Amino acid sequence: MLTIHCPNCGITAEETEFHAHGEAHLKRFGPGSSDGEFEGYLFMRKNPKGVHFERWRHQNGCGKWFHVARCTMTLEVFGSYSAQTYAPPQDILDHIENRRPGWQESAT
Amino acid sequence: MSEPVTALRGATDAAGIVQIREIGPRGMITLRGDLSDKATIKAAVAAGGVNVPEVRHCNTEGESGIAWMSPDEVLIMCPYAEVHARIADLRTKLAKQHSLAVNVSDARALFSVTGPHAREVMAKLSPVDLHVDAFTPGMFRRTRLAQVPAAFWMPQEQTFNIVCFRSVAVYVYDVLKVAAQPGSEVGHF
Ligand SMILES: [Zn+2]
Repeated sequence: MLTIHCPNCGITAEETEFHAHGEAHLKRFGPGSSDGEFEGYLFMRKNPKGVHFERWRHQNGCGKWFHVARCTMTLEVFGSYSAQTYAPPQDILDHIENRRPGWQESAT
Repeated sequence: MSEPVTALRGATDAAGIVQIREIGPRGMITLRGDLSDKATIKAAVAAGGVNVPEVRHCNTEGESGIAWMSPDEVLIMCPYAEVHARIADLRTKLAKQHSLAVNVSDARALFSVTGPHAREVMAKLSPVDLHVDAFTPGMFRRTRLAQVPAAFWMPQEQTFNIVCFRSVAVYVYDVLKVAAQPGSEVGHF
């Protein structure tokens, strides 16, 4: 059971009030892109054992979207941040680095 | 005009450890817009008859009130018979604002759960900390009741009012009855 925080309404609750919607920070490839790029955008997703960035929605609450950084192996939640961003904010990255030193090298 | 009919025609149940009652009909207006905008606030206050509440709170007075739903949404409540006039007034006042006001009165069901075990019954059904220090009259919480979305507040201690979609009114009524079965006191609060 995950405990998730919604940065839109300030509620912290267990995960059943929320819904996970998959990998975050995808780059959209639309008209004019190659078949390979379009396929990657539509179907190819990371499936890391460890740090993962996801889109979540406060489904049974305020209804708003946000991002969550968490560990898929230990289920540790590193933090939530705004949906209106293309990349995780520095304080979240710092916190993850603190908890999982060198995680970025092992993720590539 | 035809008579308004609530989902359960005012069903009540007092066989369990709380009293469950379908109340309403109630005038309900969903208002979306910029909640920091002065004109929007002014129009909402006129429609709800109370001040716009703080985040995750509600202000209610009898059948009227305003509940905070999300960063860009409030639920305005009023007597059922007045909802058309209030929504017309809202739309006139907000004609130049980027906003949306919709009459959802007949799309919602409203329940009250009353009694010394009210917190316990609600806590069995929703993932919310309902300790007396954590959830108090004046707060408003959107969450789920068992498997369906719902929102509730406490007009006073030992009473919850619950808003849910009309389409799940029977489910909510039944699941409240199950959570309030005679002899099912937990004694946690
Ligand atoms: Zn929320």
